[in-house]
Amino acid sequence: MQKNDKKIGVYVCHCGGNIADVVDTKKVAEEASKMKGVAVARDYMFMCSEAGQKMIEDDVKNLKLDAVVVAACSPKLHESTFRNVMKRAGGNPYMYYHANIREQVSWVHEHEKEKATEKAIREVRAAVAYVATSEPLEKITVNAEKSVLIVGGGIAGMRAAIDIADMGMNAFLVEKQPFLGGMTAKFDQEIFPYGKDSLALVKDLIDELKKRQNIAVFTNAELEELSGYIGNFMAKIKIKPRFFREKCKDFNPESLCPKKVIDHETQEERSAIMMPPFEGAYPEVPAIDTNICDFCGQCAKACSAIDLSQKEEILEIKIGAVIVATGFETYTPKQGEFGYGTEGVITLPTLTKILSKRGYLTFDDKKAKNIAMIYCVGSRQQEGNQYCSRYCCNAALEAAISAQKSGTKVFHLFRDVRAYGKNELLYERASTGGSVFIKYSQDSPPAVIKKDGKLTVKVKDLLTEGKEVDLDVDAVVLVTGMVPRENEKLNSIIKVSVGKDGFYQEVHPKLKPVETMISGIFICGTAQGPKMAVESICSASAAAAKAASLILKGYTELEPFVATVDPALCSFSGDCIKECPYNAIYVYEHEGSGKKARVNEAVCKGCGACVAVCPNGAIQLKGLRNSQIENMIVNAGGFYG
Amino acid sequence: MPELQVLVFSTNLISDVGIDSAGLMHFPYPANTTIIRLPCSSMLRPEWVLLAIKSGFDGVFVAADGSDCPYLKDCTERTAKRVDKAQRILRENGIEPERVKMAAICSVCAEPFANLIKDFIGSLEKIGSVRRER
Repeated sequence: MQKNDKKIGVYVCHCGGNIADVVDTKKVAEEASKMKGVAVARDYMFMCSEAGQKMIEDDVKNLKLDAVVVAACSPKLHESTFRNVMKRAGGNPYMYYHANIREQVSWVHEHEKEKATEKAIREVRAAVAYVATSEPLEKITVNAEKSVLIVGGGIAGMRAAIDIADMGMNAFLVEKQPFLGGMTAKFDQEIFPYGKDSLALVKDLIDELKKRQNIAVFTNAELEELSGYIGNFMAKIKIKPRFFREKCKDFNPESLCPKKVIDHETQEERSAIMMPPFEGAYPEVPAIDTNICDFCGQCAKACSAIDLSQKEEILEIKIGAVIVATGFETYTPKQGEFGYGTEGVITLPTLTKILSKRGYLTFDDKKAKNIAMIYCVGSRQQEGNQYCSRYCCNAALEAAISAQKSGTKVFHLFRDVRAYGKNELLYERASTGGSVFIKYSQDSPPAVIKKDGKLTVKVKDLLTEGKEVDLDVDAVVLVTGMVPRENEKLNSIIKVSVGKDGFYQEVHPKLKPVETMISGIFICGTAQGPKMAVESICSASAAAAKAASLILKGYTELEPFVATVDPALCSFSGDCIKECPYNAIYVYEHEGSGKKARVNEAVCKGCGACVAVCPNGAIQLKGLRNSQIENMIVNAGGFYG
Repeated sequence: MPELQVLVFSTNLISDVGIDSAGLMHFPYPANTTIIRLPCSSMLRPEWVLLAIKSGFDGVFVAADGSDCPYLKDCTERTAKRVDKAQRILRENGIEPERVKMAAICSVCAEPFANLIKDFIGSLEKIGSVRRER
């Protein structure tokens, strides 16, 4: 219930001199003390300090304040600090408003001190108007299933599953491909900065997975449906048949298949029978690629382990949270982009594969003497991918070091070398190993020319005053970055927002780095943006920890800022249901008065879109009711009373 | 009121962060502004714009999330609908519809915000203060 005679405390912070040098904080407090309902108004050097917090706490207790306003820095920094002060003082943490008079006043109006003070007073007036009509709120508590679904069985997904299992929860790991490992298993190369082989990392993670009883792995499987909300999701997993009951004993079934195709990734011939791609792969059982197989049945006749009658299965699981770790794809240059499509022009992933297989690069069956690497292909472009892929400089340096070992000279044609942190050592090793670095400008990119069977790269070297250099090379390596995976189907199921660059978007890069706007759904690894292996693993552990912090208790608490319907005002126009992007509003029969709208609080995100369209103002946000906003507008406008 | 006053609606997660960043980078803009935060600009009830004009403001600037909105993909279109309706309400009440303006402010849009708000106040100065009866 609202009471109109609330006792309000107003606290104006100096922030040292950050605020007080511009805003007359004494005057703001003095004006505040005259506002309706304000029982006490003080200014102080640092409200967020222990002494400042104690002062507010004591006032709330001694003066029996109902609500508090702090006028200080941005609410992003200390709103939660002061909500906690309210809680400690025995008050309600939501009877609080944080007025921003630093970032939005003192730091932008340094040359208009008087007007800055007036603005601060208006902001405080609005804040007081807000709390005068605020009501105590409680966090929403919902039960939580202690199981987590992880989508994607690359290094990030596997790491997350292991961490989830170690915290005592059940992990369901779903991988679309027939085998675990993701992209890392495809690039058999050293992972900087710890010099670990990427395949060894994948195998380690697989071994750890196998040790844990509370991890269920589904390969050849996809998420088909997701319903429910944090703590109470229901997922449908589609498991495609492998057509193998077990391993064929003592022989390789691959030869049984008459179909042969060239794999577009490895450029090698393969059959419809997909063998485990490496020693120690999981599962050890082969699978049949249904895109190639025409079910001729020859293999099944020869091996009893093969069963072509296997059917697709749908599995329903209850989970409390979801971690999305679907990874990346590599950028494929357009035909003709830096000579792509010409013989001898390859991408970095291809070079890496060749080097890991043979240790050196060949050209006309001879070892390549000179190669040129062109950086930032498909990255940091004005049109197309604008972002930096951050891993490619380092992967290129790594490959150069490896190529140099076999006597190949490497020319690096770069825009900037972003060998950050410990990766700086890679740059040094490549440099001292004979690499030549040539800086080009985006305005005049290098030209790749093939004439009489010879490859030449023409480049203007910025470091020697734009002198044009002609490099005769045996191969050109295009240093390509990461691009988002095309996940249209998954996106329509999980509804996580995708950022400008096409990767999944976190709520805030620093404050909520693995959280999405959908509570209970987390993102990690390269699905979120380009990352090095180390960074992918870190974010996976972060996502696991964040998921645990929400559901491990067996229940979870949600912020109370959700929509609520006053059935007395609701005439059931249906507008709110149409407007809600989260399907959080539903219709029900209200006793005696017909159809009404109602909000599922655990699903509602509190965006307020419904509030704007309700013809009667029947649907409102808790913690930001229409009357609160109107009160703020009227009081800040100055034509009040 | 001696000077034009502008009410700014910002959004908690995106445009308010952008407006904060103008502060962090000390990009000045006029002080005759007041900022009220909403979760998402699509929450704006069109009649709040008229209420703001009646309450002493001469213009309303809606700092929308644009394509960065974490809640809605089509936040811009939805907010545009609200602003459209707000303009209709202003017109019906004999008030210039140019008094409400919307622009997408991203979380690092420090300078664009400062410039847009300066331009908006500049355009309001041309049509002057709202004549009100108390």
